[in-house]
Amino acid sequence: MSNLLAARELMAFTLAFHIVLASLGVALPAMILTANWLGLKRDDADAMRLARRWSKAMAVTFAVGAVTGTVLSFEFGLLWPHFMARFGDAFGIAFAVEGIFFFTEAIFLAIYIYGWKRLGGWAHFWSGVPMVITGIGGAFSVVTANSWMNTPQGFTLDAAGKVVETEPFKVLFNPAWVYEVPHMILAAYMVVGFLVASIYAVGMLRGRRDRLHRLGLLIPLTIACVATPIQLFVGDTAAREVAEHQPAKFAGIECIQESGPEQTEYIGGICTSDGVKASIPIPYLDSFLVGFSKNTEVTGLNDIPADERPPANTLLHLAFDAMVGIGSALLLLGLWLAWSWWRKRDIPRSVWFLRAVAVSGAGAILALWFGWIVTEVGRQPWIVQGYMRTSEAVTGAQGIWFAFAAVLVLYTGLGVGAVLVLRAMSRRWRAEGEGDESETPYAPAEATR
Amino acid sequence: MSRADAAAAILWTGATLYALFGGADFGGGFWDLLAGFGEHKGAAPRARIQRSLTPVWEANHVWLIFILVVLWTAFPEAFGAIMTTLYVPIALAAFGIVLRGAGFAFRKSVQRLSYRRAMGAAFALSSVLTPFFMGTVVGAIAAGNVPADGNGDAFSSWIQPLPLLTGALFVLAGAYLAAVFLVADSARAGDKEMESWFATRALLAGVAAGAVAMLGLIALHGEARYVYDRLIVEGLPLVIVSILCGFGVLGVLLARRRRGLRPLAAGAVVAVIWGWGVAQFPYLLPTSLRIDQAAAPSATLDSVLVVFAIAAIVVLPALGLLYWLSQRELLGE
Repeated sequence: MSNLLAARELMAFTLAFHIVLASLGVALPAMILTANWLGLKRDDADAMRLARRWSKAMAVTFAVGAVTGTVLSFEFGLLWPHFMARFGDAFGIAFAVEGIFFFTEAIFLAIYIYGWKRLGGWAHFWSGVPMVITGIGGAFSVVTANSWMNTPQGFTLDAAGKVVETEPFKVLFNPAWVYEVPHMILAAYMVVGFLVASIYAVGMLRGRRDRLHRLGLLIPLTIACVATPIQLFVGDTAAREVAEHQPAKFAGIECIQESGPEQTEYIGGICTSDGVKASIPIPYLDSFLVGFSKNTEVTGLNDIPADERPPANTLLHLAFDAMVGIGSALLLLGLWLAWSWWRKRDIPRSVWFLRAVAVSGAGAILALWFGWIVTEVGRQPWIVQGYMRTSEAVTGAQGIWFAFAAVLVLYTGLGVGAVLVLRAMSRRWRAEGEGDESETPYAPAEATR
Repeated sequence: MSRADAAAAILWTGATLYALFGGADFGGGFWDLLAGFGEHKGAAPRARIQRSLTPVWEANHVWLIFILVVLWTAFPEAFGAIMTTLYVPIALAAFGIVLRGAGFAFRKSVQRLSYRRAMGAAFALSSVLTPFFMGTVVGAIAAGNVPADGNGDAFSSWIQPLPLLTGALFVLAGAYLAAVFLVADSARAGDKEMESWFATRALLAGVAAGAVAMLGLIALHGEARYVYDRLIVEGLPLVIVSILCGFGVLGVLLARRRRGLRPLAAGAVVAVIWGWGVAQFPYLLPTSLRIDQAAAPSATLDSVLVVFAIAAIVVLPALGLLYWLSQRELLGE
């Protein structure tokens, strides 16, 4: 038990760390290229400077993301060797596909980041476009591997439980990919958009109200605010699909104790076996959300065998509610921006708008983490839904808690180091002003046109 | 050739490319570590190493991911067996990878000398330790210390002469390749001083790697008889190629020529890797798990082959472009 808990916590911690960097790898290229495109098209020096600075920041985050991603690849084997030994031939297919995308991304990212000085303007721009495509392709392959764990198919087992036949397309296009993959790609765009915008919002709150900051706020914020309503729609669809494919997970999320129609939607609260305490109940809403009618039957935990129910119900429920709550708040932020832009072609004057944007990045990251808690804790006790328990997958190796402690120290250093390096870069850019591109790392003398 | 053998050949191809390019990047860290500790001492070689590594190290690193993915997809049982036995050196290598990548990326982005030193030390030290632990993993596999159903001894499986010597060989081979590549890079940049600085070190590393390889052969005889016996019969042509290439590099360096240096050095390393493959054949884990026993179902192997074919069409030209741009000094910070 202790080994299982240690392995799960270690996996969760390293995944939570990596997912933020992975999101930057998926979505930051699109922000950079938008700025780059504006810079080239309109001969806009500010947009160009943003593109260059963001690409230099990406050089740091991508390096950290590449190594923390490698750690996860090792952890598959180090922590879950029995899962990999038994299902690697099915689960691995998605990662083989991912290899192509990640490789191509790493190559063009290097060409783009280090090509500012010598490559011509548009040639340089186009060298960055593959990053956007491979970022999305990479997200597809990794997330479809996870959705396969939720809705496994495309393999045949023999009597001993060994995979004897696989159908790669069925593995790759398992039922859950349709909603999990877009949900994560949109999440990446939201996280990165709000995160980058929040940095410029903080700058503006500190009085740096120049055009560079305005643009640095507007480009990522617009992209994130466009992604948000789509995300709420995708997420809503996903929840309905989960209710169908993984009723235990759904019952856990919504704290449904008894199967039946006319289910109450509980907002917040503590899940107990005799109902939800201290929550805001909305009668019939849960049934309505699942099947658009209050008569929709929803499976409750009473119909799930006790040893197949997800643990930590309250955590699951609150994580889900917090994710939806943050998503809704971000939607309101987007509407505020849209309203102001429609009325006066400008961002809202209110300092509260900037304050809201300033915390939106952290909020989006929290929502991302909560979403993954829902997916992963909600699937427990299974590592492959219905086929293999997490307890059967875990290594028997000693010293996982020790490794966890070491990883904690190492990643704390990594996180602190990355933030300090990025802050130092930004301070240097500010101090050097217009001439910032000569002395800093990754800095070209000037972009050739 | 069966599908399983083809998948194993892909695995070995990935290992070869990782050894050549990733290995050379680790070797860069090795020379960074030994470049000197004074205020200005070592600044020139470190700058050269940084310029050469910066645009390419992440792409080179992906070959490691490639190896892991092919291993767990095409040969999942072998992956499980290796991971449940050699988790100690593998976990240490993973730590080293994090420290190296972060140290390298952070070092050039901080200004203060003390920070740069700390980051540089993390980068350089882990550049030596990481390939060492990877080498112990390979040596332990060759020595037959990984049982097919896993859970071999966590320590005695790799704390043995052969795995430890293989670890040392990995470090030295990387240092050797790096020095040779950096000779060429310095020559192209017209930096005579660095050219001869790295040429001297290429020579030393080459001799040291050759000596450790000889010791390894003796250990192989003692600890991995199956592999040894095949190496000196079926693998003999490759051993001879490796030795000839190695002496070729020494000759070219001593004659103060540069032509053919890189292909010869690469040839020496590639021949060893394929010699090892031939010597293990048909085992993936000598002598408990054969390639065909470990192989995934055929549809999965087909996917691996298709993915590799796509990679050959998409990734290799892109990689070629990256190297071409980098070699023509069109990429820089």
